[in-house]
Amino acid sequence: MTVLLFTVIVLLGAFLAGLLGSLTGLGGGVIIIPLLTLVLGVDIHYAIGASIVSVIATSTGSAAAYVKEGITNIRIGMFLEVATTISAITGAVITVFINPQYIAVIFGLILLLSAFMMVRKKIAHEQPVSPGRLSNFFKLNGTYPTDRGMQPYTVHNVAGGFAMMFVAGIISGLLGIGSGALKVIAMDNIMKIPFKVSTTTSNFMMGVTAAASAVVYLHRGQIDPGIAMPVSLGVLLGATIGSKILLKTNTDKLKIVFAVVVTFLALQMIYNGLSGNI
Amino acid sequence: MKKEAKHFFADKDIQIVLGVLLRVGVILSMSIVFIGGLIYLLGAGDQAVDYAVFDPAHSGYSTMVSIFKGLLSFNGKAIIQFGVLLLIFTPVARVAFSIFSFVIERDYLYVLIGLLVLSIILFSLSNKLVH
Repeated sequence: MTVLLFTVIVLLGAFLAGLLGSLTGLGGGVIIIPLLTLVLGVDIHYAIGASIVSVIATSTGSAAAYVKEGITNIRIGMFLEVATTISAITGAVITVFINPQYIAVIFGLILLLSAFMMVRKKIAHEQPVSPGRLSNFFKLNGTYPTDRGMQPYTVHNVAGGFAMMFVAGIISGLLGIGSGALKVIAMDNIMKIPFKVSTTTSNFMMGVTAAASAVVYLHRGQIDPGIAMPVSLGVLLGATIGSKILLKTNTDKLKIVFAVVVTFLALQMIYNGLSGNI
Repeated sequence: MKKEAKHFFADKDIQIVLGVLLRVGVILSMSIVFIGGLIYLLGAGDQAVDYAVFDPAHSGYSTMVSIFKGLLSFNGKAIIQFGVLLLIFTPVARVAFSIFSFVIERDYLYVLIGLLVLSIILFSLSNKLVH
């Protein structure tokens, strides 16, 4: 395959990954990595390096829009970034010492979890719960704008959320993805932060976390310009268009269809990992 | 009055500046990646790709020094990597900016937390981690 043909195929694939990733809330990385490895036979270490670049591009691009609305809780983000940056760097350092087959299997499992998180029913927990001592000390409780004015919220189980973020960071560094599914578990399910706040805040953290591991990848030669270029351009373009469509459409059906596709990809990754084809 | 002005500056102006900073960072770095990509494709478009096995030396531009050297010779790959580098620094600049806004708010606990995050990222810049 020539460089030109490879670039065109990856560009198209990355565009689709970015589009679907933003429509379903899954992120582009979890789709582009199977595409590169399963379809184009690219070594998973290169795929990871290219994917992390696209994670920074999309999360930073959408953060620019969120930041004006004042929903992002910068303190929660900054506080949890202590965990995610340390663990993302750790993940990025150890990733080359792990057999690529195991990485493929871990990736497949995370993919399955993401598919499940995408279709599960979201339960709102906006009723004020009494804040813990840690969330008071770190000033994590806040307010966010709603139709009925500013809605106050409190943050629960800070230590548990912090620990879960550590896991999310490791996975992000290990696999080159934003690991949004794990961040949602930490913020929604453990810390009981309202959706609006947790979505934008996790997006804020994603760019910073990815930047930390991207530097490690760059030094190691995992970010190859020939792959990173079409992947980052394609994913960013797709995600930008996706976020425009998202405002006007209901994506519930798309999510179910896509969950099936992602589950298939996940099983494929796990199968290839176990049989040594990766 | 003075307190109000400070609050306004911290909450509103900084958010707007931050939004612009992020947008400019992404657009600028991606434009550089695009230009570098065109130069790279014009020069090497008909060569064969080989990414089947990971080779740390293959990219050729994995240190800042080599990227800047390649920039001077107008190398497409080096220009792409420079754009990637710029993109990586955009969220890092956001952390630095947030620290600045915490200083204005006199929230020293968060100045400290922000500095901790920033130093963790800067620590990863030393390539001792991989070599």
